[in-house]
This record gives sequence, C-alpha cells and structure tokens, in this order.
Amino acid sequence: MEIPYAVKPRPDTGLYNAKVGIWLFLASEVMLFGALFCSYILLRVNAPEGTWPHHWLNIWLGMTNTIVLIFSSVTVVLGWASLKMGKFKHYKCYQGVTILCALTFLGIKSFEYRDKFMHYQVNLKDGRIADGHLVKAETTPDVVALEGRVIETNNLAELYNPPLEHEWKLVKIPIGDIKIDPSTKKPMMDNYGPWHNTYTAIYFTMTGLHGLHVLIGAIVIFAIWGPLAKVWEQDPERYINRVEVSGLFWHFVDLVWIFLFPVLYLL
Amino acid sequence: MSDHPSSTPALHVDEHTVQEMRHHMRRYLIVGVALAIGTGLTVWASLINFGSREINIVAALTIASAKGFLVAGFFMHLISEKKMIYAVLSFTAFFFTGLLFLTLWSMAHENIIQIHIR
Repeated sequence: MEIPYAVKPRPDTGLYNAKVGIWLFLASEVMLFGALFCSYILLRVNAPEGTWPHHWLNIWLGMTNTIVLIFSSVTVVLGWASLKMGKFKHYKCYQGVTILCALTFLGIKSFEYRDKFMHYQVNLKDGRIADGHLVKAETTPDVVALEGRVIETNNLAELYNPPLEHEWKLVKIPIGDIKIDPSTKKPMMDNYGPWHNTYTAIYFTMTGLHGLHVLIGAIVIFAIWGPLAKVWEQDPERYINRVEVSGLFWHFVDLVWIFLFPVLYLL
Repeated sequence: MSDHPSSTPALHVDEHTVQEMRHHMRRYLIVGVALAIGTGLTVWASLINFGSREINIVAALTIASAKGFLVAGFFMHLISEKKMIYAVLSFTAFFFTGLLFLTLWSMAHENIIQIHIR
C-alpha cells in the first residue's frame, strides 16, 4: 500500500508528510537548544563578580565560521531553487559547495577545540597563576613549559578578561613550584577542557551539540547529493522534497549558530 | 541527468516557475549579503565601549535576532508558510517563552533568597 502524501501535498494542509515531520522535529530542537541557552543565562548570572570569562575564544575564527555557515545556507537555497527549475547540474554545484562549507566549519571548530585542550592553567605555590599553551618540545618530567603569561594573585581580572592583544612568552615552571591539590594530591594544573570551569563546560556542551548537528546535516546532504541522486531521475518531485527538508534542517543549524556566536565569543 | 527543464520528463517546469525561482534566487543572495553585514555589525558592536556591557549585550542580541528573522523568514520560507506550520510553531513559541519566563523567575527567586540570608 502506498503511503499517501509522501510526495504530493495534502489538499487541506498544503503540506507533504516529510515537511510536517521536519517542522515538528525542529520545534523539539528549539526546546533543546532553548534549555541550553537558559542554562547559559543561569550560569552566567550566578557566576561570582568578575569571574565570567571574556575573549577566551578567537573572535575572528568564530566570525569566519559564521560567514561560512551563512554562505552554506545561501548555497542550500540556491541548490533547491535550481532543482525547482530542473537544473540538476547547478544543484550539484551549489550543494557540493555546501558540503565543503560544512567540512570547513568542522575543521575550524576542531582547531579551536585543540587550542583549548592545549591551553593550561597552572596554580603556583606562591599564589600566582601561569596561563598559556603547553609547549610539548620544551616540557620535561621536571619542567612544564607554557607559551603564555604569569598572573599575580591580586590580578585575577587579567585571567578572566585578558586584553584582545597581549604578549605571550615562554614560561618554564619547575614541577616543584606547582601547588598540590590537597584532595587529589596531584599538581594543580588542568587544561581548558569542559571540566575547567562552568564557562568551558557550557561552551563545549553547546558547541559540541551544535557541531554534531552540523556533522549529521552534512552527512544527510551528502547522501542526497551523492548516493541517492538517482532518485532525481525516478521521481524528481520526491527528490526536491528531500532537498527541501534537509535544507530546512541546515538553516536551523545556521540559525542556532547565529545566536551561539555572540553569546559565547563576543559578550 | 539533465540540466534542461524540457528533458526532465517527470518534472513539470513552466516559465512562471522559472521566473519565480529566479526572483527567489536574487532575494536569497541579497539576504545572504545582509547576514554577512549583520555578522560584521555584531562584532563591531561587541568591541565598542558603550560604557556598559549591558548595552553591548542588547546590541549584539538585537542584531542576532534580526539575522535570525532573515534566516527563518526567507531561507526557511516562514514569511509565506502554510497555516499548519504556524500552528506548530505557535506551540513552540509558547513553551519557549515559558522556559525563558521560568529562567527569569528562578533568577528573581534566587535574589530574594540572598536578600533574606543577608
């Protein structure tokens, strides 16, 4: 038995099944990301005065990723419009660019993640804090080498709100100078992973979930663009519907990033 | 796999559709440029010292909301969508607003508790 309204729209609603389905799914996604944005608000508002970080992320990389996603959204709709005009080759070009944009976005995000995992905060016995990127070539079992700065105890504002442009130098810390955590009995040094503080926790949670959406969206778009392209010859309207539905998901991913970028990178 | 409308047998493409889609494509390009300019404006607004960080936050979120409207309205075609989609989204808007209200309410409640402790 053929499923009704799988391709042609239902006369009373004017919608085919998949379009109703994707909008219901996107509605649930709004609530998912909405809950995370609310968590962000609560964490930020309740953070002790002066301890919410600013400029910990590279604004220009974030801006580049925003432009990349916007550009990919444009190519998605141009691809869909090309199919509506029957221009399959144009669609292939536009959607090929979309897939490249998705890979570029994920590449930049991976670079940013790596940067955070290489960034360490080391608490010294004299109360000062060494902060910077681990230099593996200079690090030995007895000395930790960082490309960064040493912050005085009474200047924590510099740790949480570093100036946009600051000079970093090679800092070598003898392992004996590092404060020992009384509970774990281990040196107090950890990287800027999700465990570092509430800011990095919410940053990795939100961007990680968003990145997962980008990856899934890219896989779906690629599948329709490549292996499933034969559907175009068999049933072009069904194919156009698939492109439209995957495009709606992709625009939603773009929409979420439009809010994530200022919230995490700029404010 | 053809590049010409006439040689794709199962898909009916008339001149009206072609004209309409060309019009849409021009609009998409304009919206794309507007979004890119909006991104630049957001960064600019965040780096300007208005004397209060709250103003930076309001400015950046206002621009982000305008960009969000462009994406949802034009790329996702919400400015000319079917009633059923609006019905689904009105429920989402209701619950999303409720979620934000609960967040603000809990913040206010937290402040009241702190005042009592003091």
